[in-house]
Order: sequence, then structure tokens, then C-alpha cells
Amino acid sequence: MSVATQDTAIRTGRVSRTLIYLVLLLFALFYMLPLYVMVVNSVKPLDEITGGGMMNLPQAFTLDPWAKAWSSAQIGVDPTGLKPYFWNSIKMVVPAVAISTVLGALNGYVLTKWRFRGDTILFGLMLFACFIPFQIVLIPMARMLGLMGLAGTTWGLVLVHVVYGIGFTTLYFRNYYAVFPTELVRAAQIDGAGFFQIFWRILLPSSGPIAVVSIIWQFTNIWNDFLFGASFAGADSQPMTVALNNLVQSSTGVKEYNVHFAGAILAALPTLLVYIVAGRYFVRGLMAGSVKG
Amino acid sequence: MAQTADADFKTRLQSLLPKLVLSPSLAMVLVFVYGFIIFSVYLSFTDSRLLPSYGWVGWENYSKLWRLSHWEISLTNMGIFAALYITICTVLGLSLAIFLDQKVRAEGVIRTIYLYPMALSFIVTGTAWKWFLDPGIGLENVLQTWGWTTFEFDWIKNRDFAIYTVVLAAVWQTSGFVMAMFLAGLRGIDNEILKAAQMDGASNWNLYRRIIIPQLRPAFLSAFVILSHLAIKTFDLVIALTGGGPGRATELPATFMYSYTFSRNQMGIGAASATIMLMTIAAIMIPYLYAELREKK
Repeated sequence: MSVATQDTAIRTGRVSRTLIYLVLLLFALFYMLPLYVMVVNSVKPLDEITGGGMMNLPQAFTLDPWAKAWSSAQIGVDPTGLKPYFWNSIKMVVPAVAISTVLGALNGYVLTKWRFRGDTILFGLMLFACFIPFQIVLIPMARMLGLMGLAGTTWGLVLVHVVYGIGFTTLYFRNYYAVFPTELVRAAQIDGAGFFQIFWRILLPSSGPIAVVSIIWQFTNIWNDFLFGASFAGADSQPMTVALNNLVQSSTGVKEYNVHFAGAILAALPTLLVYIVAGRYFVRGLMAGSVKG
Repeated sequence: MAQTADADFKTRLQSLLPKLVLSPSLAMVLVFVYGFIIFSVYLSFTDSRLLPSYGWVGWENYSKLWRLSHWEISLTNMGIFAALYITICTVLGLSLAIFLDQKVRAEGVIRTIYLYPMALSFIVTGTAWKWFLDPGIGLENVLQTWGWTTFEFDWIKNRDFAIYTVVLAAVWQTSGFVMAMFLAGLRGIDNEILKAAQMDGASNWNLYRRIIIPQLRPAFLSAFVILSHLAIKTFDLVIALTGGGPGRATELPATFMYSYTFSRNQMGIGAASATIMLMTIAAIMIPYLYAELREKK
């Protein structure tokens, strides 16, 4: 929100101001409610929840549900907890975010500073790819991963996330580089600088803000993905979201709500942390993500 | 001589380099997106069941699809869900943005609270709401133990109302984001016009109705496009919140496609349903992207 500094000229009276604050507060409570429910119920014994105390603060504080969700809860067939799946997600997210961001930066650079006939159409094709319902690619993708020997592997998922993420990263860098003065690039060209030299020395040093946006966006999307994880992951590569769903939906034994809530927070923690730490950039990124061609 | 040839090669390489750099991404998109779309659409005209098979059956999968009550339920649910989700998110997002734009204190904190759900996975959102709405341990049980013994709220277990719980959770997750879009739009409006209209004695209500809201047209359009494509793609939330149930009460096209393709071994029908989903999104996205990309020139 780069323009978020301008205040409105609208004047409001005292009664309407009180009402405004009341409504804003009410909705703040609404948005906080599920988080509150997750947090308080993840630190209380199960009988406090089943006894009708879901909204109460814990009477007997315990971290056992967290420990169980992390390292010993039954996920699928094994009592491994969410720990291995957390690492699966990390191993998938880091390369996928890095590769898609680098490719997006290079694509954005070419599409704005080395324009050629038909480049807008190519960009349009890449952009539309972000919005397709992924159901349309599930069947052939499963076949293709099999043919490439990547079925059920973390690298297979990395490939999938790179392919369906470059549209967004290209969009971000393209919009950012579009307002970067082209004269600087032309001047460097006259001085004999090559394609990569110009990118490396002139554009990259000022790309920090948009790289952050692209990284946050990709990190959040890939970490939170469920469809691809559920469709293409094998036993050793299942991401956190799929494992959490298995934990919550498992029909065997007693439903341990407190463990489910602790697991849900564990799955939410990385993206939540990124959002809190880099929230301002995140908002800016979302604004840029609203397809301002 | 050799030197000029060398230099010539270098300049040629330099002029080819941009296209070379773009080509891996382009190749990936052409194969993995457009190639795959063609393949899936082709499969929707074949007798594929457990595995792709290439016996041509024409429109049979489509006519079968439209006779399935399961598909009809998914479409009806999609209609209810999309209409409510888009409307509520837009109205709520705009209202909250207008309220937040009145020089309120702690705007940053409030904005953060409204927006954080967007950072969560739909599986997390689904889990939280699933147990909060569960009549056995959630809201109903809590209010009953607090003394309101006749209180009933079993929507999530009720065939006629379960789809509205999906709307509730989805609105919770995205309305803050829509608020941010409108807020950015509001902050872009020129204050001079407002001040002039105020001098002429226009009320706040009229300022919003006549001047401000009409100027937010681009924000409305972006919100509509983003919300409608999110609605059509909704999958994880239903899986986590209701699993498509009770019965088939919350099935959507995305969950329909998944179960027909992967658990019922009706790949041809699954591909046909995916094709219809794609066409629906394309009908919304292509004109929008076309207009956005053309404006630039």
C-alpha cells in the first residue's frame, strides 16, 4: 500500500465515531476468534474441551498436546507426529521459492527491458496460467511426474510449484521493472555492458523490495498448498498440510481436539511468523498481486 | 577478419540472450499448462477410467456428467457458495475499509488482525472452524453449559445448512484481503473533490454514494475477479471443514472432480468436469487480463 498515507477528508461526529470503533472492534474479535480457540485449546487437557469449556482459558495448563502433535501423534499408519512432515514442507518450499523467484526476476527483466514482438501475449499466457483451476492439470501432471521418475518425490513437488508459481513471480518483477528507468539500461548498453552484467549491476541491487514480496507470496502459497501435496506426494514427501488433514480426519480412537489444535498452529506458524515479521511487504505484495498489468 | 566474425557472433548472442533466458519458463508453461490442458480436454472425450485410455467416445462423458445428481448438487452448491461468498466479502470488505479510513487509532494493528487469516492454509482454517462449529464440543455446547440450554447450532452437521458454514469460514479467511484492496482504492481518491463537495453541503452518505464508491470501480472489478476464481477453485477448505458432507451436502466441482478421478476411477468424467471448471474461469479471466494488459500500451 504505497499510497496508504493520504487521509480521507471525510469528517465524522462523535456518535458515529463511537459506532465505527464498535464495529471495528467487533470484527477484530470475529477475526481473532478461531486463533483464540486454537491457542487456548492447544494447552489444555482433553476433558476440559469435551466438558464444554472450549471458550474458557485453561485450568490445568499443559504443553503435552504440542509435544504429541509434534512428535508422537498418529499420522496415517505411523505414530510419528507432524515433525517429519514439517521438514518435508521445508525441503519442498525452500528450493521451489528460490527457483521460481530467480526465474521470475529474469523473466520480468526480459519482458520490460528487452522487449520484442509478441512479448505481451507471452506474458498473458504465463499470467493466465496462475488462475487455471489446477484440476485441469492433475491427470497429465501425475503421468508426467511418473515419466520423469519424479512421482512421489519432493523434487517432483518442487517442479510443480515452480511451474505454477512463475506466472506470479514474473508478474511482480515485470510490474516492478516496468517503472525502472530504461535509460539507465540503454546507457549501460552503450558502455558495452552485456545482458547479465546489466541485470546483475543495475537492476538487481534495487530489487530488494520486490524480491521480498515475491518470496513471501511464494512461501505462503507453497507452504499452504494442499491439492498438489495430496495428489502427488509419496510417503516420504507429504507436506505439512496433508499430514495435518490426516491427523484431524483420522477416524480411529478418541478425537484429541487439543492435539488437532496444536497441530493446526504448528502448520500455521511459519506463514504466520513471516506475515507478522514482514507484514507490511506482504500487504504491498497482495496489492501488486491484484493483477495490475 | 577472425576478430569481426567473433564480434559478430557476440552481438548475435547478445541479441538472442533475452529470448534464451525466457525460453525455459515459456517452455514449462507451454507444456505443463497449455499442453496439459489440451491433454485433459482430450481425455474428457475418451473412455478413460482408472488410467488414461484413448478410445474416443465423443460427448458421452459430458452427457453422463449432466445426468449425475452428484454433479448437480456440486453445481447448486457452487452457485450458493459463490453468490454468498462474493457478495458478503465485497460488502464486508468495503464497509470495513470505509470505517478503517476514518482516521481511526491503531489502524495498523486492526489491519493486521483483519488480514492475518490470509496467511493461513485453508486446512488450518477448516480445522479451527470444524471444531468450533461442532455441536458436540463447540459453540452449541459452550452456550448450553453457560446456561442457554435451548440453544441449537448444528449447521455443520445439517444437510440443509452445512454449505453456509463453508461460506462463513471462507469469508473469514478472505474478507480482510478484500478490505485491503478497497482501502488502497480509498487512499487513492483525490481529497480536493471531496472538500469541494463538502463546501456545497453534501452529506457523508452522499459523498460515499455519489463520489467515492463510483471511483472504486477498478477495486470492485479486481475483487470480483479474484473472489470468483477463488470460489471456483475452493477445494482444501471443504476437505478440511466438512469432507464434502454430511452426505454430499457440501460437494463442490473441485471436490467432485477429485473424487471421480482418483477414488471412483471415472477419469473421463473427472476430466469433463475439470474442463467445465476451466471454461468458467476462462470466461471471467480472459476478458479481464485482456483489458488489463491492453491498457498499458
